[in-house]
Amino acid sequence: MKSKSDVKLIDGHGKRIDGRMPHDLRKIKIEAGILHRAEGSCYLEWGGNKVLAAVYGPREAVPKHTQNPLRAIVNARYNMAAFSVEDRKKPGPDRRSREISKVISEALEKVILTDQFPRASIDVNIEVLDAEAGTRCAGLTAAGVALADAGIPMKDIPVACAAGKIEGHVVLDLGKEEDNFGDADLPVAISPRTGEILLMQMDGHLTLKEFDEALDLAIKGCHAVSDIQKKAIMSKYESVLEVE
Amino acid sequence: MPVISSIKREYLSKLAEHGKRADGRKFDEFRKISIETGVASRAEGSARVKIGNTQVIAGIKMDVGEPYSDSPDCGVLTTAAELIPMASPDFEAGPPRGDAIELARVVDRGVRESEVVELEKLCITAGEKVWIVFVDIHILDYDGNLFDAASLAALAALFTTKVPAKRFELGEDYPLPLRDPPVSCTFVKYNGVVVADPSLDEEEIAEARLTVATDKNEDIRAMQKGLSGSLTREEIKKVIKSSIDNGKEIRKILYKSIGK
Repeated sequence: MKSKSDVKLIDGHGKRIDGRMPHDLRKIKIEAGILHRAEGSCYLEWGGNKVLAAVYGPREAVPKHTQNPLRAIVNARYNMAAFSVEDRKKPGPDRRSREISKVISEALEKVILTDQFPRASIDVNIEVLDAEAGTRCAGLTAAGVALADAGIPMKDIPVACAAGKIEGHVVLDLGKEEDNFGDADLPVAISPRTGEILLMQMDGHLTLKEFDEALDLAIKGCHAVSDIQKKAIMSKYESVLEVE
Repeated sequence: MPVISSIKREYLSKLAEHGKRADGRKFDEFRKISIETGVASRAEGSARVKIGNTQVIAGIKMDVGEPYSDSPDCGVLTTAAELIPMASPDFEAGPPRGDAIELARVVDRGVRESEVVELEKLCITAGEKVWIVFVDIHILDYDGNLFDAASLAALAALFTTKVPAKRFELGEDYPLPLRDPPVSCTFVKYNGVVVADPSLDEEEIAEARLTVATDKNEDIRAMQKGLSGSLTREEIKKVIKSSIDNGKEIRKILYKSIGK
């Protein structure tokens, strides 16, 4: 096993281990509406991550005791394919995926107009096919596109991006080695129209100044990803318009 | 099982009386099949298969472990299928239910009993260490005929698998040793007709289902009859014949996708 000091994550010119500069995102590709059965869906590649999201609902929430008479509940289910990681992951939810499902559900609930659908559930399934650091941001971003594709009424399309710290430098969107051997990771989801923060987690070590810098950077990253989300949705409906 | 409207049942039955299917296919005709390999790069091998709107992904992971005591010099192969809620409004999260287990076991039989994977070549130290091959199948989009889509995805994934020997410090990576694959074809019967590659609507009204896997020598390698309806001997014969014919075409698509 490699230890922290064996890996040089960033060189004197600010060039990172995968060739990116501190403020660069990995390559992102988003496609909306790729599944036939789901009401809305999205396929997203973010660096080495490959993620699918599918939305069902609003539909009657089951079991009945989960229903809220005033608004819809939002059930995000984050799941990793057994073959998405180096050592096979046992199928089914574990503590990590349950936690991620919960924080994503809560983030999405804030932007969905849930009071329009009392007693209903809006189910968002996120499948990770290939995992390489930042799957929760990739999953939430894909979920945002799938929700829009499903026509779920929302105040905004939620989007996520992480910033972090490697060898003392604040950088955007940590890659695999940076996540493993870096100093801090700060995934953030926002409502890009209002700037409200919907999800935030942090592990590692940041000074107050570094935190401010990292949060600014993550939010900037969110806006850049938001543009790609919107393009993906537009291009799906453009092609529909052309056919008509 | 969801409630099927009697209108749907009547419509499909009427069409069948005129020799037709809702999507214009002949009774023994498959939908368009496409196979894409290398879709998950963490996996040792992977493939996405589409049959019409049905979409399935299979990934292979390998590990080193202990052999079964009754076959100490053979590798181990296990297959799991997940009917994830993404694929259909009727699938629920949670432990695999009967239908997911049946699916995994039918695919497993198709792969194992046909001896596609040369398990005897996957022994590292007899009785102690062998390769374990995990086939994991995810149903992404469910529009009928999961059996064939899942089997085909498993095969295509296996054929692109590299044994990760380097990661386990057992020498250089090498392709998984494989024999010629059998191809599975599924048929359902409703209103007295038997149709190949059922769509979801056809599956929902089906009285009986039969899956037949045949190899390139036109021999039968696995079968599974499902549902509560019955089949006549004549119908079974027809299904086998059509499986062989469709199997040849599907095998061509499979070989093309893996560049063979």
